[in-house]
Amino acid sequence: MGIYLPIAEISVNIFVLLAMGAAVGFLSGMFGVGGGFLITPLLIFYNIPPAIAVATGANQVIASSFSGALSHMKRGTLDFKLGGVLLAGGVVGSTFGIYVFALLRSIGQLDLFISLLYVVLLGTVGGLMLFESVNALRATRSGAAPVLKKSGQHNWIHRLPLKMRFRASKLFVSVIPVIGIGMAIGFLSSIMGVGGGFIMVPALIYLLRVPTNVVIGTSLFQIIFTSAYTTLVHASTNYTVDVMLAFLLMVGGVAGAQYGAKAGQKLRGEQLRALLALLVLAVAIRLAIDLFITPANLYSLTTADIG
Amino acid sequence: MRRHVLLSLLLTLTLLGGLPANAQSPHVEGIQIGLSTDRVSITAGFSGADLTIFGSLEDADPLFARQGRYDVVVVLEGPGRPVMVRRKDRVLGIWMNLESETFENVPVSYSVATTRATQDITDPNSYKRLALGANNIYMRPADTTEAPATIQEFTAALRQRKVANGLYSENPGGVEFLSQNLFRATVRLAPNVPVGTHKARAFLFKNGAFVKETSAQLEIRKSGFEQTIFRFAHNHGPSYGLLCVLLAMATGWLGRMVFKRD
Repeated sequence: MGIYLPIAEISVNIFVLLAMGAAVGFLSGMFGVGGGFLITPLLIFYNIPPAIAVATGANQVIASSFSGALSHMKRGTLDFKLGGVLLAGGVVGSTFGIYVFALLRSIGQLDLFISLLYVVLLGTVGGLMLFESVNALRATRSGAAPVLKKSGQHNWIHRLPLKMRFRASKLFVSVIPVIGIGMAIGFLSSIMGVGGGFIMVPALIYLLRVPTNVVIGTSLFQIIFTSAYTTLVHASTNYTVDVMLAFLLMVGGVAGAQYGAKAGQKLRGEQLRALLALLVLAVAIRLAIDLFITPANLYSLTTADIG
Repeated sequence: MRRHVLLSLLLTLTLLGGLPANAQSPHVEGIQIGLSTDRVSITAGFSGADLTIFGSLEDADPLFARQGRYDVVVVLEGPGRPVMVRRKDRVLGIWMNLESETFENVPVSYSVATTRATQDITDPNSYKRLALGANNIYMRPADTTEAPATIQEFTAALRQRKVANGLYSENPGGVEFLSQNLFRATVRLAPNVPVGTHKARAFLFKNGAFVKETSAQLEIRKSGFEQTIFRFAHNHGPSYGLLCVLLAMATGWLGRMVFKRD
């Protein structure tokens, strides 16, 4: 069944979108990520204009992270203070990102930049995760006890000034790296249409040494606001949020996430991470191939806004 | 799913026209097209449609008509907009947009229906003179100082992309004579047909020579709901964005209620 998207101005198949949302929701429930990094490339593969895919992806991320953050709030694994500081940085980064987005769009390099960012970030994160999880799998197979990093270890980040206490995370750390991470996530959110969970979670764990159980809840909390802000600004400056498209994806996504979470409980942590790493790498490779092979059409048309 | 939008007919047959003043030809042909509705709405299920336009010849010579020597070309032309054509080139192995050319006032869509193959109706020069057909529309470059070869290359690319998108199309045999005077034209509306004021034009050829042209206007717009969303999104961006955010939160919250796990 076809449905006409009012903002994208094209006709798409309603079931393809629902299935896409459900599949990504399933994976995001299974791995505990927002799924924005999968939905935006999928939409682009499905011929949705990249600018609309990005803005609508950000909108869709709100639904899944809101739903996730609610359950973390109930369990008390959400550090509002840390989330708030991250958010302050996020708003700055997001504003800057939207400015860059509009600039790249006007000079015709937006699609390339989005693809490049995806390839570099997904490739790096996927590669590191695969490396780490394969090592962990090997270690458990050979029977050696996994070597845990001590959470008390300090690095250069802990020597920075302007320290602040975050009680829920049992953390006393400078606000500079916290705001910095928030800014980076905000920037990525507005350019890539992602929540940024796949970057935020490792950053909070490895750089700030936030306890893992608080990380996901806090990351989801700040993602709600960063992507809400991104959606708002894209909607008011670029007119690229398609509410119909976003809604179909959300409905599929919310349903898929519940089943994904159940499936995820049956797998071990390292296996889960290895699978996620492979998935992330597959998306990166697919996008990379598109950059290098000769495109079917060398020419593209855009309606110039100014005449 | 393809719907047949019937735009029906409204014709004024002036069969008993006064005697022509022209001594050489006893017939002064005219052409009329009529649209009973001046609006087509695109609904949620829209995936392209065939648009039917009826028309009539006035004071047609029965002899010519019987021999099929009248030809009609019907064009549905979309609103004109500036278009930028970009060309990808290889930089360090990566394909990226480098060269670009802007054209002013390019019809967003252009569908043609004809009585028979275009080359059989008249010669290429007449088409060119009338700027008739996707290959003959004049594309005015914004920057006229560019090398002619470059402009030619980008013009050709622009046409080729439009044809590939289904926005420029030709339908030979799409105009049928129902009687000696009455004809019916079927033009294709692509699934991505642009909204706005479209112009339907009909050209009459007699024995390969252009006789007359007529036109009518047609408004293509999104149907109520889609139009409301589109307009709201463009006129009230921030409120629209806020609604999108609230909708997402409501969906996330409802999803949690429906599939409660904890």
